[in-house]
Amino acid sequence: MQSNAALEYDYSVAKLFTYTTILFGFLGMLIGTLIAAQLAFPELNYLLGEYGTFSRLRPVHTNTVIFGFTVSGVFATFYYVGQRVLKVSMAESKFLMFIGKLHFWLYFIGALLATISLLLGYSQSKEYAQYEWPIDVVIVVIWVLWGVSVFGLIGIRREKALYISIWYYIATFLGIAMLYLFNNMAVPTYFVSGGLGNIMHSVSMYSGTNDALVQWWYGHNAVAFGFTVPIVAMIYYFLPKESGQAIYSYKLSLLSFWGLMFIYLWAGSHHLLWSTVPDWMQTMGSVFSVVLILPSWGSAINMLLTMKGEWNQLTENPLIKFMVLASTFYMLSTLEGPIQAIKSVNAIAHFTDWIPGHVHDGVLGWVVFMIMAGLFHMAPRMFKREIYSKKLLEAQFWLQTTAVVLYFTSMWIAGITQGMMWRAVDEYGNLMYSFIDTVTVLHPYYAIRALSGVLYLVGFLMFAYNMYKTMTSSRELSEEPQFRSPMA
Amino acid sequence: MDIRELQGYASFFMTIVLVMLLYGYIIYLYRSEKKGEKDYEKLGKIALDDEIDSKPINDSSASPSENKEQNK
Repeated sequence: MQSNAALEYDYSVAKLFTYTTILFGFLGMLIGTLIAAQLAFPELNYLLGEYGTFSRLRPVHTNTVIFGFTVSGVFATFYYVGQRVLKVSMAESKFLMFIGKLHFWLYFIGALLATISLLLGYSQSKEYAQYEWPIDVVIVVIWVLWGVSVFGLIGIRREKALYISIWYYIATFLGIAMLYLFNNMAVPTYFVSGGLGNIMHSVSMYSGTNDALVQWWYGHNAVAFGFTVPIVAMIYYFLPKESGQAIYSYKLSLLSFWGLMFIYLWAGSHHLLWSTVPDWMQTMGSVFSVVLILPSWGSAINMLLTMKGEWNQLTENPLIKFMVLASTFYMLSTLEGPIQAIKSVNAIAHFTDWIPGHVHDGVLGWVVFMIMAGLFHMAPRMFKREIYSKKLLEAQFWLQTTAVVLYFTSMWIAGITQGMMWRAVDEYGNLMYSFIDTVTVLHPYYAIRALSGVLYLVGFLMFAYNMYKTMTSSRELSEEPQFRSPMA
Repeated sequence: MDIRELQGYASFFMTIVLVMLLYGYIIYLYRSEKKGEKDYEKLGKIALDDEIDSKPINDSSASPSENKEQNK
């Protein structure tokens, strides 16, 4: 392909996915805040009949924030970053443009159908894999379309070397494809029974302990390839680009990549410590979880060192602040996870609120912060307008940081209290507390978590408003900013 | 030896092999840069200089020998 002076990057698909990132982020976090409040104030379960109960809404929350918000963010950033680091425009291929738009619309319709199916109570009853088989089929098609876009863009690239972010996007594509297919292997009962029962119903191809192992191999690695790998792809592009500093050590980024790929896939069995899976497998899960600190911190430290000599930008540019905090939360949660995976610690932590605490310091502090920072960086380039308000951005940063701290500290205290109370025995070996005793003690912490949800949601609305104003009424830019994103 | 024990041993030896591969890769990265065959650090510039009309760091239309020259 020849260079063309008038050629520009085409962000139409990236823009579409940006809109869904904001929409699904808001909906997912709204439901999350509601169910957090339901845990503190159970009467809130009865707002919408069967559709408003915790058990119905909890999968809607998790699936909307994972497959709605995060995956939209991954697609939006890929359709932006992919073009730029491969130095090729979507406009150069009508085929890829068609696939990109088809990818978006099928995704959008699929997401609506999937959410409705969960609200109606259709579920495989596997955590983060609740969607029934017809929805799974649609998801596979959507994923394949994304794969065509990824490898299609790579196929027509001008830049021969694949930038490290592209490696991470490829790993996201392959990792999720493998995990999703294997964990969702199921037999639709309607067809094998000759037309009996509900057409949506299916039975997993695995059973018992095997089912648990496959499920947590999937569940943990969905965190790996959904919440870690693509987010690392984002920070490897957006932090250097926004700060104007190349990655501190490109070699370290390659090492961390292969280290992460090698180690992550073995750590899933830490979800099944003290259960009926073979002992060696539990030990393997523990050991690999601890070793996982190395590649995770390799990436995070590489990002912090990228700011070497440029730390003044932390005070001057709120987007750098978002990304540095995201990187720091990545370090915190990738240290906390291995601690929880140590068998003796897990004996206390398992099934307690410390676990959602851990998940949320990772997702709220790392995933959401990084996606928002990425979209804020993209907005002036996609819409050719400066970011609407720096003050709003600063206020959002502090509000949401406070919310994350309130969330994880309350859940640390709640979780450890809960774990200790469940284990406490009197001098005769009888359990000292009944379950309801723990609930009474934990109530204030649940209320704090609900409050933190409200704060975080308000912060997200500030982000959505800032993005909306940036798209529509902010000052127009005459030329594209090279590094630092302009803001009013 | 039952199947579970076999799985355990297989997992152990596979881990050893993969560790060796990973360390081999580290050695390869540093050795090839030291010999001047590759320059990985310049690839970091791909993110900074990413205009559609800016010169690719490694040009995909260039012949392999030209790229080898560029890598030095």
